[in-house]
Amino acid sequence: MRLGWRELVRRPGRFVVAGGALTLIVVLLLLLGGLLDGLYKGSTGAFRSQSADVIVYAEESRNSLVRSRVEPGTLERIGEVEGVDEVSGLGVVLIGGLPQDGARSVDLAVFGYESPNLRVPAPPAPGLGYADRTLETDGVEVGDTIVVGPARVPVEIVGWVEDTRLLFQAGLWVEPGTWHRILETSRPDAALPEGTFQAALVGTDADPASVAAAIEREVPGTSALTIAEAIATLPGVAAQQETFVQIITVTFVVAGLVVALFFALLVLERLGLYGVLKAVGASSRQVAAGLVTQAVLVALGAFVVGGAVAVGLSFVIPEEVPVDLQVRRAVVTAVGLVATALLGSAISFRKIIRIDPASAVGGS
Amino acid sequence: MPALQMNDVRKVYGSGEQAVVALDHASLTVGDDELVALVGPSGSGKTTLLSIAGGLLGPTEGTVLVGPHAVHDYDRRELTRFRREFVGFVFQGANLVPFLTARENMLIASEIAGGSRKHAARRADQLLEELGLAHRAGNVPGKLSGGEKQRVAIGRALMNEPELVLFDEPTSALDSALGEQVMELIRREVKGRGTAAIVVTHDTRMTHVADRTVEIRDGRLAA
Repeated sequence: MRLGWRELVRRPGRFVVAGGALTLIVVLLLLLGGLLDGLYKGSTGAFRSQSADVIVYAEESRNSLVRSRVEPGTLERIGEVEGVDEVSGLGVVLIGGLPQDGARSVDLAVFGYESPNLRVPAPPAPGLGYADRTLETDGVEVGDTIVVGPARVPVEIVGWVEDTRLLFQAGLWVEPGTWHRILETSRPDAALPEGTFQAALVGTDADPASVAAAIEREVPGTSALTIAEAIATLPGVAAQQETFVQIITVTFVVAGLVVALFFALLVLERLGLYGVLKAVGASSRQVAAGLVTQAVLVALGAFVVGGAVAVGLSFVIPEEVPVDLQVRRAVVTAVGLVATALLGSAISFRKIIRIDPASAVGGS
Repeated sequence: MPALQMNDVRKVYGSGEQAVVALDHASLTVGDDELVALVGPSGSGKTTLLSIAGGLLGPTEGTVLVGPHAVHDYDRRELTRFRREFVGFVFQGANLVPFLTARENMLIASEIAGGSRKHAARRADQLLEELGLAHRAGNVPGKLSGGEKQRVAIGRALMNEPELVLFDEPTSALDSALGEQVMELIRREVKGRGTAAIVVTHDTRMTHVADRTVEIRDGRLAA
């Protein structure tokens, strides 16, 4: 109903309280969502960059890459499982490195890998590596050499790769020999013989979950997970996701309560006006449509203002706070907010339906 | 065909010992261009009669015909449509929408009925002109005098060209001179359009403009 729109335009002051509260909630929702996405991105980039469909660990590792050990023979047997098209080894060591200028050390996740993935080209020559671009903020440049670990193994950066961090440590992608050398000099107790990796990456055209099940069945001592499952088992990732999703859900509920309370009060205030409208022939549906129009427009207005505030804040939030505002998250927030506004305003429908048009002439 | 025929209408609120008879076997016929003044003291049943005639309330007993419409048989949805299309209301204190201009307050009756916007705009401009409000068309109720507000309310009631217009104490918030003017205006507008009307008033000084005055006391009508 155009009546709702006209009131909103002509008496915006009436909606400032609800709009202001919803704007703050939008800022909170977007920043929480941004933080969730930022944490997820920083923790899981190396796994999300994989073009493989399944990752296979040693069973006793409890799906931990650093605890796992996959022998060459195991890799070979995995390759023989039906549905497996491609197998390659992967290993990682979480370690510190010192860039060329030596100003300060950087945290690295040094990956030894055999096959290119979505974001990392085929392994470079020994002693060379592709580095995650986040190292640029530490002053590292392509052509620089980083000395890695206590044995100061030199790795020359030959190119940047994007979004390949693991647990917030910058990915440094090297060929297996270099990785083995870094692993044995930094953690002699965890040193692995040549040809042995921590995990096997499996490519398949079949259903990944079925192939993973077949690998576990046919290659004893293995634990095979789809990449999505493997991401969920990364330390802290699932707990972070769950915690943030719960906080965001509660925030949406609060938004719904704000809308419900505000419009319930507005309806109480307008009982006389609605009585007159119903007396002159407006249906409950027409009256409710005006209310819903207002709730949705207030929510959308709050989203626009709150979105602008959140984007502005993202520029002043310290770099250490991993806020990553994404369009997808913004769309989900907007849709969620509109749905919440619809539900919140719907609380008042019963009251509207019960307004007696005869109240307009009083006395009855 | 009369504009309104109420036959033996009873309206009882509550039940058992709590029952209150607001209308007691009331019968009233209003001709299709007749202006009837309905007078009576507070609590006599004036508002109840008006509400039943306008489809705001259903009778407990009896029949109510507005033109060919058997209003007493209508359900809630049919009553809403009936009020929208066939009845005009003017309430005490005008009851205009405070954030709409005088012109928009008139147009709202047409918007609710879903009529053509172009036709409604022409009709609203014509009514504003006839009611002497053309120069106030863009003013919101807060900027209008009491008499002007009541004239806007009359315009709103006439927007959809109703068969019956019901006035609930239209002069109660106005001083005598202004009340007199508004009653004259009501007569002019109602008679000029050949529309039937009932004007509820407690002020017997206002009844001379009506074709007929009907008195109600304790829910019973007396000619």
